Amino acid sequence: MIELEGLTKRYGTKTAVDHLSFQVRPGMITGFLGPNGAGKSTTMRMMLDLDNPTSGTVRIDGRHYRELDEPLKYIGALLDAKAMHGGRSAYNNLLCLAQSNRIPERRVGEVLDLVGLTAVARKKSKGFSLGMGQRLGIASALLGDPEILMFDEPVNGLDPEGIHWIRNLMKALASEGRTIFVSSHLMSEMALTADHLIVIGQGKLLADTSMADFIRQNSRSFVRLRSPQRERLLDVLHENGFVAVESGNGTLEIDGTTTEALGELAAAHQLVLHELSAQQASLEEAFMQMTAGAVEYHAHGGAGDPGAPPAAPPGPQWGARAGGPTTEEL
Amino acid sequence: MAAVPAVLRSEWTKIRTVSSTVWTLACALIVTVAMGAALSAVLKSTFNDLGEVERATFDPTFVSFSGMVLGQLAMVVFGVLVVGTEYSSGMIRTSLAAVPQRATFLFSKVAVAGALALGVGLVTSFLSFFLGQALLGEHRTTIGADNVLRAVVGGGLYMGLIAIFSMGVAAMLRSSMLSLGILVPFFFLISQILSAVPKAKEVARYFPDQAGAKIMQVVPDAMGSDKAPYGPWGGLGIMLVWVVASLLGGYLVLKRRDA
Repeated sequence: MIELEGLTKRYGTKTAVDHLSFQVRPGMITGFLGPNGAGKSTTMRMMLDLDNPTSGTVRIDGRHYRELDEPLKYIGALLDAKAMHGGRSAYNNLLCLAQSNRIPERRVGEVLDLVGLTAVARKKSKGFSLGMGQRLGIASALLGDPEILMFDEPVNGLDPEGIHWIRNLMKALASEGRTIFVSSHLMSEMALTADHLIVIGQGKLLADTSMADFIRQNSRSFVRLRSPQRERLLDVLHENGFVAVESGNGTLEIDGTTTEALGELAAAHQLVLHELSAQQASLEEAFMQMTAGAVEYHAHGGAGDPGAPPAAPPGPQWGARAGGPTTEEL
Repeated sequence: MAAVPAVLRSEWTKIRTVSSTVWTLACALIVTVAMGAALSAVLKSTFNDLGEVERATFDPTFVSFSGMVLGQLAMVVFGVLVVGTEYSSGMIRTSLAAVPQRATFLFSKVAVAGALALGVGLVTSFLSFFLGQALLGEHRTTIGADNVLRAVVGGGLYMGLIAIFSMGVAAMLRSSMLSLGILVPFFFLISQILSAVPKAKEVARYFPDQAGAKIMQVVPDAMGSDKAPYGPWGGLGIMLVWVVASLLGGYLVLKRRDA
């Protein structure tokens, strides 16, 4: 169990982490989500006592990190894939870490085997690719067979095979009853792995919820309609009690109904439809709307208005939505 | 608390598994011994051309240590790299996650690397001495002569302390390049030049290298050098103060700053 209480980090006048309080519970994967620059890495570094908080505390099973006996046996962390001495072999990099925490040397061979680096164990780690570096970092996290594991953006820069491997590894570790705390800026990645979700933006806590609740609350389903007889269609919808929201390009979005109901309604009024499709708002959109006000670096002239109220449908340029335009533009 | 013997063992593994350890220490030994030998041979053949003061204060022990001016730079590089590569490689975060107690981490590292530097320093100074004396011919001295053993052991201590001082500086500056960029010109040029300038040398004689080098002199004010207001052990004491100060500064930086 990791507890954060009012954790704050300021750099000069800039507040990177702002009174963050949450708990990371044992036996599950907790996703730590936030846009780039939200303060995820800073928070994780403070959890490991690498950075000093301006105020607030982090407790691991009730103790401060610096009070832990042989911390690698409590917490294993992957912070930065390149946090090893490049002139030393993979084996020796792990060996000196193992020795400092009185971990038996045979464990070095075991973790190298586990992450699939046995063949390059004696090679200098500076020649490693990003994926191999990531695996070496994970091997160092697993070295002390810890109950708690922290991974900062573990899938960053990995190929699909590597991503798949890390995903399965995290699930396997959680199924052994370990606590997994993993950061990402990709909601889609979290949706596949995390049981619990902590979302931050500009250093502030935005959500602390179970993944199931988050999905239930944020996955909005609706029907998309497009017709050359738009005015008549709007009238008919209104008369029948449907609330249509215009989403640009002449398309309409209607919540809480089915394609069947709307298709039959249009047929009954002899309306021509160019599009009739069931849509599901992605979790990525829900995440983007949640953090919209808290995004550190906006791309200018880009996709829609990031400050749009949550009710408004997001701009179409993100392309994250299921389905897509199926007929020509009007 | 992390167990100190375990951390010492880990730091020893770190040191012995990088190639820079071997080449910096080998360089320190070879350069010091070779240059000391060369200058001893030169002085033997040019002894009669020396000035009166130099001849009066001729110190065969000190002459055989002439190579240290250059050889100490390799010790500086060794000391800086031992600490500095933790920062340049990003290993420092992994290391501190494993050993979060800053004092245990830093002083274990310094103890292991310092002991190694002292050992290599002692071997270097004894080799320099015996080879230098062999080449000095009739101007030689012996290890049994007054104060000679003190000077030879002192030469080893000097090299070790130079390396430890550099470790402290690298821990303060948290960068190999910056530390080398300051220490190498300082020891090789600034300190040497200032010690030859009137007035400035009154300050320069309290620099760690100038003060520490006194321990290697058997004849007071050997070879017409600066007349210092302290003796050989006093000089080493001044150097020790510098070393303690740099380690303390390094520790405070490590403790206060974010890794």
